[in-house]
Amino acid sequence: MDALMLDGNAIAGMLQEVFAVEMTMAMGTCGNCGAAEPMGATHVFKGAGVVMRCPHCDTVLAKVVRSDTRLWLSFPGMRALEVSP
Amino acid sequence: MEGTTVLGRLSWQVAEVVDIVDETPRVKTIAFDVRGWHGHRAGQHVDVRLTAADGYQAQRSYSIASPPDGTSVELTVERLDDGEVSPYLTDELRPGDQIELRGPIGGYFVWEPSQGGPLLLVAGGSGVAPLMAMLRLRAGAGSNADARLLFSSRSWEDVIYRDELERLEGDGLRIVHTLTRSQPDGWTGYARRVDADMLAEVGPGPAERPRVYVCGPTLFVEAAAEALVQLGHDPQTVRTERFGPTGG
Repeated sequence: MDALMLDGNAIAGMLQEVFAVEMTMAMGTCGNCGAAEPMGATHVFKGAGVVMRCPHCDTVLAKVVRSDTRLWLSFPGMRALEVSP
Repeated sequence: MEGTTVLGRLSWQVAEVVDIVDETPRVKTIAFDVRGWHGHRAGQHVDVRLTAADGYQAQRSYSIASPPDGTSVELTVERLDDGEVSPYLTDELRPGDQIELRGPIGGYFVWEPSQGGPLLLVAGGSGVAPLMAMLRLRAGAGSNADARLLFSSRSWEDVIYRDELERLEGDGLRIVHTLTRSQPDGWTGYARRVDADMLAEVGPGPAERPRVYVCGPTLFVEAAAEALVQLGHDPQTVRTERFGPTGG
């Protein structure tokens, strides 16, 4: 158990910066186990960047790295992201 | 652009301190006036940003404790001795001071009176803040939805919103405290960490399909959520918000 683990709520502000809509209710589908969960329910780990993991199988769904002026997103393990515009 | 809202895009807004209340020896509630605040939902949070004279910035998230009415945004902040942001908020801020915040943020950890009950709220320490917004909204809306708050604190002195919770009790709301480190003389309530037996006694059980909200330090949330699922609650009905080892 990792006491430093957070969840998707903790990075909701940063995600909203990028997508310009509320993102904790956006549904992400894991590319490994196929589970669909709201972004708010994903497991989040913060280090030099942010890693979002599937709460069921631990697959890395997304990574976010930011500098002062830029933000890099990658979605290594997310099959789909369903957003309500 | 600062202070303007384009679609759902977040912008940093100036928030002015209007009131500071001591909740416990380590916790204060700071009320902010935010010009152009468009209201919020119970359970949402804000990001707070502090900027040092040399331009260095630190950012943390805090749940909104006030119910969604008017322009006041109340944040309940626990002072962490080694914290970067919380000691400034609890020790340095005075009425009239300004900070930057953006929000409201979130939609997953939110309750609306129209969703009804039963509600099972499980709080560890200052994790009670978003749940208090829900209970204040519930009372303000005249809802008598069955609601239970299981609130874990270190000691009786550490119970945040103690008097207000006592006043809110009744009308379908039951409040159960557990004191994990020390208990006052004659204490007959729970005196241990939240576990499956305690959650089963507090109820409502899985058959009643309560909406469950759990907020607190990560290990607290993990233990409570695991126990709830073990009791048979549908994981989809258990919403969690974790704030790390001890919070922001």
